[in-house]
Amino acid sequence: MDVTVEGMLSSSPSLFFNRLMSVYGPVVKIHPVVLASIGDSYERRNEGASRVIGTLLGTIDKHSVEVTNCFSVPHNESEDEVAVDMEFAKNMYELHKRVSPSEVIVGWYATGFEITEHSVLIHEYYSREATNPIHLTMDTALQSGKMNIRAYLSAQMGVLGKTVGVMFTPLSVKYKYYDTERIGIDLLERTRDAPNTTNGLTSDLCQVGGAAGRVQDMLATVLTYIEDVLSGKQTADNSVGRYLMDLVNKVPKITAEDFETMLNSNINDLLMVTYLSNLTQAQIALNEKIVVL
Amino acid sequence: MATRKETPSTPTAPMASTSPGATLDSPVKQIQIEGLVVLKMIKHYQEEGQGSEVVQGVLLGLVVEDRLEITNCFPFPQHTEDDADFDEVQYQMEMMRSLRHVNIDHLHVGWYQSTYYGSFVSRALLDSQFSYQHAIEESVVLIYDPIKTAQGSLSLKAYRLTPKLMEICKEKDFSAEGLKKAMIGFEHMFEEVPIVIKNSHLINVLMWELEEKCTVADKHELLNLSSSNHLEKSLQLLMDRVDDMSQDIVKYNTYSRNLSKQQQQKHQYIQRRQQENAQRQTRGETPLPEEDVSKMFKPPQPPPRMDTLLIAGQINNYCQNVKEFTSQNLGKLFMAEALQGHNS
Repeated sequence: MDVTVEGMLSSSPSLFFNRLMSVYGPVVKIHPVVLASIGDSYERRNEGASRVIGTLLGTIDKHSVEVTNCFSVPHNESEDEVAVDMEFAKNMYELHKRVSPSEVIVGWYATGFEITEHSVLIHEYYSREATNPIHLTMDTALQSGKMNIRAYLSAQMGVLGKTVGVMFTPLSVKYKYYDTERIGIDLLERTRDAPNTTNGLTSDLCQVGGAAGRVQDMLATVLTYIEDVLSGKQTADNSVGRYLMDLVNKVPKITAEDFETMLNSNINDLLMVTYLSNLTQAQIALNEKIVVL
Repeated sequence: MATRKETPSTPTAPMASTSPGATLDSPVKQIQIEGLVVLKMIKHYQEEGQGSEVVQGVLLGLVVEDRLEITNCFPFPQHTEDDADFDEVQYQMEMMRSLRHVNIDHLHVGWYQSTYYGSFVSRALLDSQFSYQHAIEESVVLIYDPIKTAQGSLSLKAYRLTPKLMEICKEKDFSAEGLKKAMIGFEHMFEEVPIVIKNSHLINVLMWELEEKCTVADKHELLNLSSSNHLEKSLQLLMDRVDDMSQDIVKYNTYSRNLSKQQQQKHQYIQRRQQENAQRQTRGETPLPEEDVSKMFKPPQPPPRMDTLLIAGQINNYCQNVKEFTSQNLGKLFMAEALQGHNS
C-alpha cells in the first residue's frame, strides 16, 4: 500500500533524474559536519544493525532548509517491526538546545540506499516533532559506488477517502560551507591524499608556499585551455572569455614608484613589529632571570 | 578499552621544552584527531561564538599507548546570567550517558576552547587544565584560533601543563620562593603536543564526493596581502599585557624596597637595643627584656608571582604569533614584488 518513488528511481539512471529534481519544496543546504557525523555514527553502529537513523537539526528559511547539526538515535529494526528510542531523541534534543537555542528539528536521516516501509513509520513520528520534516539518505555502504546523498519530502498521495499512501518527493541538495569550514575541509582533503591517512598541520611559510603552488596549478590549467583555443583544438566559450577578461582586469595598474613605496612601507612595518616582539621577549626573559636571583 | 598510565610526577623530572617533536616527558606524545572533531569545533565557534569571545567544549576519546585519540566532542553551553541554576555537571553527565548509547567513546580526555588573537594564558585556563590533568593524567586542552583559521589555515594547538607546574599548582604555593624553588620560567608552563589528523576511510570517501559536488570557490585567503588590521589588534593586546607587566614589576620593586628598608630598620633597632643593654649593664641595671623583633616589624606581603608568570607567558605567546604572521606576510610581499618586477 505504501508506494515509494525510490522504487521507480532505482531503475532509471540517477543522472537523468537529477536533472528532473523538482523545484517543488525547499532547497536543502547541508553542512559537511552533518555528513561526517552520519558517517561516524554508521561506523559505530551496533552489531547486526544494517543502518542507523538520527535526527537532523537546523534552521528553516522561506525557501530552504539549512541542516547544521545532527545526532544519532538508537533504534532496532527487524523484518516486521521497528522500534525507535523516542525518549532518547527528546533528551538529546533538549541538551542540544541548551547549546544552540536557534536550532530546531528539521527532519531525520537514515543510512542506506532505499527508502523502506519502516522509513514511513519513522517519518510519521518525525512529522509530529516538526512541520514537514525532510528525510535525508546517505548510502554509506556505497552500493552504487557513490554516496548518493539525497533528501526527500513526504507528500500524501492516492485517492481521497480510499487508499492513501505516502510518497517521498526528492529535493535538491546543496552544500553550504562557512569560510572556516571550507578551510577545515581543505585540510582534511589534504590528509586523505597521504598514503597513511595521517597528516600534521604545517607551519607558516610552508602554507604560503602551498597556497602559491595551488594558484600556480590553476594558472597552468587556464593557460593550457587558452593555448588549446588559440591553436583551434577547442572551441572558444564566450563566458569563459569574459571571465578571463575579468581576471586580467583585476590586476591593478600601479606605477613602479608607487609600488616601491607601498612595498617598502609594508616591509618596514613588518620588520619593526618583528624587532619589537623580539625585544619584548628578551625583556621578559631578562625580567625572570633577575627576579630569580 | 582505554589504558591509563600513571606516571609518578617527581619534582626532579626533567623540564620539557615547548617545541613539538622534542622529547616530552609526559604520557602523551602525540594527539590524533578525527576530522569530525575539527568540523564540530569550527561549527561551534561559527554559530555560537560571535558575541562573546570564548566557546568551550569537552573532548572525548581514548588513550592508545602514547597517543591520545580524540574521536568526538560536544560543546558546552554559554554561561548566561539568567541561567543561574544551570547545572554543568548534570549536562555533562547526561550528554555522556546518551552518547554511550550510540557507541560513541564516552571517555573524557580533555577540553577545547576558542581564543581571541591568541590570548588564552589566563588563571581560569590554568585552573581548569590543572583540575583536568589532576583527574585524568593524559588530558589536553585544544586551543582553536578562529581568526587565524579565517586567514587561511587551520590553527589548532594542544597544550598540557608541565609536571613542574602541576607540582606547584598542587601545593598552591604561588609565592616567589615557591616558584624560585621549582625553577619555572614562563616558557616551561605549557608544553605543546604535536597533532595529526586522521580520518577513517569512509570519511575519506565522503571528502572525495564533497570535493566533486561542491562548487564553493576557493577564496585563497592565505595569499591575502593586507596585514595592518591583524597587526594592529595583536599589537594592541600586546601593549595591554606589557602595561600589566610593568605594573606588576613596579609592585615588585616597591615590595623589595620596602623589604630592604624594613631590614635596615630591624638592624638599627637591634643595634640600639644592644647598645642600651650594654650601657645598662655598665650602670648595673637589669637589661631590658629582649622583645620579639619580628612581631614589631611585620614583614610586608610578598606579591604573588603567579600572575606575573601568566602575563609573561601570554606576552611570549603574542610575540610568537606576531612573528609567525610577519614572516608569512614578508614572504607574500616578496612574492608580490617578484611578480610586479616580472610584469614591468
